[in-house]
Amino acid sequence: MFDRDKWQEILNTIEKNKLRTFLTGFSVAWGIFMLIILLGFGTGLQKGVSDNFKDTATNSIWVFSGQTSVPHKGMKPGRFIRFDNADYDLVANNMPEVTASSGRFYLGNNEVTYKGEHGSFNIRTVHPEHQFIEKTLTIQGRFFNEKDIEEKRKVVSIGTLVRDALFVNGENPIGEYIEVSGVPFKVVGVFEDEGGENEQEILYIPISTAQMVFNGADRVDMFMVNLDEGATVEESKVMEEKLRKTMAERHKFSPDDERAIRFWNNVEDFMQFQNLFDGIRTFIWIIGIMTIIAGIVGISNIMMIVVKERTKEIGIRKALGATPWSVVSLIIMESVLITSVFGYIGLVLGVGVIEGISSVLPPGEFFKDPEVNFKVAISATIILITAGTLAGLIPARKAARIKPIVALRDE
Amino acid sequence: MDIKEGEMVSIMGSSGSGKSTLLNIIGMLDNYDEGSYTLDNKIIKDLSETKAAQYRNKFLGFVFQSFNLISFKNALENVALPLYYQKVKRKERNALAMEYLEKVGLADWAEHMPNELSGGQKQRVAIARALITRPKVLLADEPTGALDSTTSYEVMELLREINKEGITMIIVTHENDIAAKTDRIIRLKDGQIIKSEVTANV
Repeated sequence: MFDRDKWQEILNTIEKNKLRTFLTGFSVAWGIFMLIILLGFGTGLQKGVSDNFKDTATNSIWVFSGQTSVPHKGMKPGRFIRFDNADYDLVANNMPEVTASSGRFYLGNNEVTYKGEHGSFNIRTVHPEHQFIEKTLTIQGRFFNEKDIEEKRKVVSIGTLVRDALFVNGENPIGEYIEVSGVPFKVVGVFEDEGGENEQEILYIPISTAQMVFNGADRVDMFMVNLDEGATVEESKVMEEKLRKTMAERHKFSPDDERAIRFWNNVEDFMQFQNLFDGIRTFIWIIGIMTIIAGIVGISNIMMIVVKERTKEIGIRKALGATPWSVVSLIIMESVLITSVFGYIGLVLGVGVIEGISSVLPPGEFFKDPEVNFKVAISATIILITAGTLAGLIPARKAARIKPIVALRDE
Repeated sequence: MDIKEGEMVSIMGSSGSGKSTLLNIIGMLDNYDEGSYTLDNKIIKDLSETKAAQYRNKFLGFVFQSFNLISFKNALENVALPLYYQKVKRKERNALAMEYLEKVGLADWAEHMPNELSGGQKQRVAIARALITRPKVLLADEPTGALDSTTSYEVMELLREINKEGITMIIVTHENDIAAKTDRIIRLKDGQIIKSEVTANV
């Protein structure tokens, strides 16, 4: 419904009261601005923290062995628990909940050399499925497989930074032999990892090979399991208990011993962060909406004054045949216009500031790419229009109830 | 009280005698408790606001003592306003408003704002505004109350001319010389009609 006269009248009133309109509009613009800024920063914070989870599957549980803390079946506390291949095989092959699994045998940092180039890198000895747990992306060649494990082949997959450090002349590393602590390994793959630089300065070798070459016997220092995508915290807790019980039985420690076996439950951690951010987001919306409400009250107040000032004019209009609806719509449209225009200004400024910060600020560990998405902008717009209508409603009703006689006598 | 079509009647009485109330009831600006009010064979009682607004717009024209022009609209826009509420197109209503301004002799002042007009001019704009909907009845509440006597007589002459075109006219006034220019004077006291006299004009 575009009605030129009505708009002209609204603009006329606004023009006559520039300062008042500005001050009122400012409170709305400010409310929206704050909401956008807060939401943008919330998103930035969430993205930053979520990035810390990128490296590791959020549906994984990591299992570490520890030291017993309670006596059990006649054995003193303080005993070190040590997992072995049999433990791992049991978990990997006999637990249907496990979708992927890998053990690790710790080798730590080792000297790695290739044709005179050398460096000290972290060597991880794992099972093939480890690539799904740590989200290792092979970009050249392959990751090692079950056959490599079975035959204890001396093969290695290297991170891009390892490749850059050793193959300084840009040779194709696949098929080349590098020495790890003096033992030659054949490079079968090069990988990338979203977890950042640290995760790309790594070499992966089959755990079975490592146990054999580096005197590990059947030792497994820790192992990790993936659950189904979308596994719930409860499911992960059940899994923890199952693993604890199984290991307690095998290694003869009390199933209630919290220290004999420890877990790093990514499902739970991730969920906790999710919940935390849901909470933060809700909190931000509440603050934002409260600020906007303050703006609405301001607008409503101004419109009240406008109605009071225009009592006589409205009376004249009614005497000339203005229907109550035409008066109501006049007031509400003015209110909606002020809220929308100033709200939009706040929206644009807020988005501008967020974009500015996003382009200037380097991505940090806990903060990255603040942004306001389309959905938020739409919600904000809906809030604005609703707010404008609400702000205009009471004054408009008041205006509609003006009795022409009273208004006209009001000299 | 019975006012015939085409009549020009004045209502007189001291303040508080109920003449404004009577005018407000006739003008459908107010409701009444007792009695009945028939306009053009329709009983007017307890109308909804919207209905009252439509009747006012269609049947009645108002002229007030304080002119009641809208200050931020020029003479032409003021005259055209009632047509806006009849949803007449902009061009059409401006053309018609111009016609009525000519009728009251203010065509040259069409673009002027109310504060640039004299009292008599303002009242003539108000009369043009009241007439533009071709009402059956023109209600004037102290139309000359704020004007000097020369201008008052000019305005009364204008109202008489309009009356001759067949529009019923009800004028509330407390000035005898103004009342004397109408066909009939109805005198009110304490809300009662005490006298209805025909003047020499008939």
